[in-house]
Amino acid sequence: MAKDKLQFVEKESVVIKFVGDSGDGMQLTGTLFSDTSALNGNDIATFPDYPAEIRAPHNTVAGVSGYQVHVGKKIRTIGDKCDVLVAMNPASLLANLKWAKMGGTIIVDADTFEEKAIEKAGYKENPLLDGSLSSYNLIAAPITSSAKRVGQELGMDNKSAERTKNMFALGMVSFIFDRNIETIAKSLEVKFKKKPEVAKANIEVLKAGYVYAESIEALESRYHVQTAELEKGRYRNISGNIATAWGLLAASEKSGRPLFLGSYPITPATDIMVELAKHKSLGAKVMQCEDEIAGICSTIGAAFAGSMAVTSTSGPGFSLKSEALGLAVMTELPIVVVDVQRGGPSTGLPTKSEQGDLNQALYGRNGECSCIVIAATSPSDCFYSAFTAAKLAMEHMTPTILLTDGYIGQGSELFRIPKMADMPQIVPPIAEANDPDYAPYRRDPETLVRKWALPGTEGLRHRIGGLEKTDVKGAVSTDPLNHEKMVQYRRDKVLRVANDIPEQEVFGEKEGDLLVVSWGGTYGQTMVAVKEMQQQGQKVSLAHFKYISPLPKNTAEILASYKKIVVCELNAGQFVNYLRAQFPQFKYEQYNKFQGLPFTTAELTEKFNQIIKEK
Amino acid sequence: MSIERSNVVLTKEDFASDQMVKWCPGCGSHAILAALENVFPKIGYKAEKFCLISGIGCASRFPYYVNTYGFHSIHGRPNPIATGVRVNNRNLSVWVISGDGDSLAIGGNHFIHTIRRNVDLNMLIFNNQIYGLTKGQYSPTTPFGRITKTSPQGTIEQPFIPGQIVLGANGTFYARAIDKNLKLMQDVMFEAARHDGTSVVEILQNCVIFNDGTHEAITNRETAEDRQLILKQGEPMIFGKNRDKGLVLGAKGLEVVTIGENGITEKDILVHDMTTQDPSIHLMLAQMKLPDYPVALGVIRSVEAPTYDQLLEDQITKAKAESKIQCVDDLLNSGDTWEI
Repeated sequence: MAKDKLQFVEKESVVIKFVGDSGDGMQLTGTLFSDTSALNGNDIATFPDYPAEIRAPHNTVAGVSGYQVHVGKKIRTIGDKCDVLVAMNPASLLANLKWAKMGGTIIVDADTFEEKAIEKAGYKENPLLDGSLSSYNLIAAPITSSAKRVGQELGMDNKSAERTKNMFALGMVSFIFDRNIETIAKSLEVKFKKKPEVAKANIEVLKAGYVYAESIEALESRYHVQTAELEKGRYRNISGNIATAWGLLAASEKSGRPLFLGSYPITPATDIMVELAKHKSLGAKVMQCEDEIAGICSTIGAAFAGSMAVTSTSGPGFSLKSEALGLAVMTELPIVVVDVQRGGPSTGLPTKSEQGDLNQALYGRNGECSCIVIAATSPSDCFYSAFTAAKLAMEHMTPTILLTDGYIGQGSELFRIPKMADMPQIVPPIAEANDPDYAPYRRDPETLVRKWALPGTEGLRHRIGGLEKTDVKGAVSTDPLNHEKMVQYRRDKVLRVANDIPEQEVFGEKEGDLLVVSWGGTYGQTMVAVKEMQQQGQKVSLAHFKYISPLPKNTAEILASYKKIVVCELNAGQFVNYLRAQFPQFKYEQYNKFQGLPFTTAELTEKFNQIIKEK
Repeated sequence: MSIERSNVVLTKEDFASDQMVKWCPGCGSHAILAALENVFPKIGYKAEKFCLISGIGCASRFPYYVNTYGFHSIHGRPNPIATGVRVNNRNLSVWVISGDGDSLAIGGNHFIHTIRRNVDLNMLIFNNQIYGLTKGQYSPTTPFGRITKTSPQGTIEQPFIPGQIVLGANGTFYARAIDKNLKLMQDVMFEAARHDGTSVVEILQNCVIFNDGTHEAITNRETAEDRQLILKQGEPMIFGKNRDKGLVLGAKGLEVVTIGENGITEKDILVHDMTTQDPSIHLMLAQMKLPDYPVALGVIRSVEAPTYDQLLEDQITKAKAESKIQCVDDLLNSGDTWEI
């Protein structure tokens, strides 16, 4: 047998990408592989890459769906390029070959490389035969026909049998990476609990793929991927959107305020609403509204009534919420707006990621209209950032915008499960019944926070609204000096949140040649790039921002400590311009990318080296 | 859930706010305010259990003038805000105060969906058929051909009949009142409060400055009795100065007949039943207009149906009783987890 000759090669991490026609089951294949790897003790990061159309035309590049998995010892990104590319048809190979590492392994379903499909994908020649893949370890396996044969043996019809072909590919990959297919089989049994015959077929095909890989000569080696060196504890795999939903539920429990989500479906934020709708047992009320505006307005009503109120959306929906967000600022009600950013403007790139909504979060409203803005840094951090957003909103009676993005929202990674007892307390400033001193706009002198007086409470009847109000008493007023005072109060209230957030941390030396600045969902990529530079002996440090408005108090001090500053973001320079406006005394370089794709380590290190070398 | 009732008898004064009322002298809103302040004590809830939510427009200043919990919001959005309030506190009597522009133009989408969901709210639509606060542009209910600031040659748009929209959206309660009839306003407001679900009360209101006399043909004292049909549950639809006119259901729909002519007697007259699930006759009543028909006033439709807020609460109760996940720790540790 071939396997006797195969040696195990030790790898710190590997990247595997499963690609095929949408409908080929690539998302399930990738998820099963990443879950099994996590159970095996690896650190993981995953990212689904799918088209905006549910089923684009069969066998075309437009219809390619993919799932990238990065597994290993210490994982922060989904990886630049893949060690193994599994392509289920010609179109998916064409679309993804650029992501395969030179010398890496490419597994294709040879059965799909027939003339018509090759032509439809856009190839002139059959890539399996024309020598164009000679720099890779190509394994052309009869995947579809093998799946069909197994199916026939089980008495399935051809079409149903063909649908299990993704499991054949997964079986092969499982052999190469020495994954326990029994674990995968168990997951399939759970997934297809109601259809045991489908579960059985999938498991048989999975095994057939494993045995096939074992028997072929084409395989050069097998791999052992190093297991994670993680803090002790209980872990699970979590995607950013689920983590956001759970972080909100955690904040609701800690604050004792029931959770209300008013929202409208929009890619890539919908999963937050879908997840929260499952958790009515925790008191979560989810309302699918008629539009984005009703989403935020029902949320404002919920906040007025005393609930922990949230609306979730993505860029275009965030635009629609702007006017109502101004009302929440004016009425000083605690709402959380979650914006899972996607490529814009307009409909833009619904399924791709970008950091293009920062300006909208900071400035996208009429009048002087400050909000708290924070940005989650990774899938698991979405839990903590959502919790913090809700805590700050309620404790500071100020709308809070949580920026995540499609990349961390849909990507997943390991999550060390916290204990609720260890989470910080949340104490909303709820007004006591019959408080003789209560007035709608009376403020805490330290924080400038007004009280939350809930309708129904005796002795606190009052009126609020979008019209400017007098200080303290809250009567309608157009008095010029009162207006100026109220604008300042609302702005200063946000600025004073800086007293309640941690100081900005720096990864690396406290001074040096280059400070890399990034924010939000790019943390994994900038961190890996900076670490790589540090290992090469470069004096590079990273300041990755999560608190955007207000900025941490020590921001200027950090910016002053390096010879050069480069701000990296997935937009045309929104954060760098924000920093320029706040701290004009510093000179900023910038590195921007807006392709709907995350940064790669290679492009970041190249840019950093170039900046350091420049005089 | 029942809203907490007041132990003491409240009066109109308990609901008067300290704010100066800034509507034009002669504006119909003054009468509507007086009606609501009279009705609130009658409804009997504690004063702090009332919550008024408005949008933007002349009508929407209303919450400032009533001493309850109040929220003057933004244009067109009082319905979703009120929905958020009611869904999150079912121990409140929530009232939406809005105008024809606020509810039927900019807020049209929210209007129909709130009604479709049957959230337990009471909506008062002040229909003066004009934009008053912006000084005289036509609204979605302005009669065809009327000259306004933005229709100097007359409007070329067909107006909405609010009742048609309410019934089209499967509304469970629809009433119509006029600012000139305080008692009728109070009666329908009281019925609206009693109804579980979205109660829509359209109030035909005069704008003395920009659309004076727009409902004059209906409200004129001389002719009012001949032009208004005031509906009463279980009573025949009789109207007219001499109480001799009535409605019958003919082959082509409703027909106006005279009692005593052509062998018509009182027992031939259609009896009003606001509780029939089938909205056909309610729709015919809502659509009646001068000069061929009288204008129907009073509660046109009031049918029982589950409310959104009740159904949501029921689902939560059920989930709490049945789910294995009772706290966030349970949730965090659910599904596949492992120890490292």
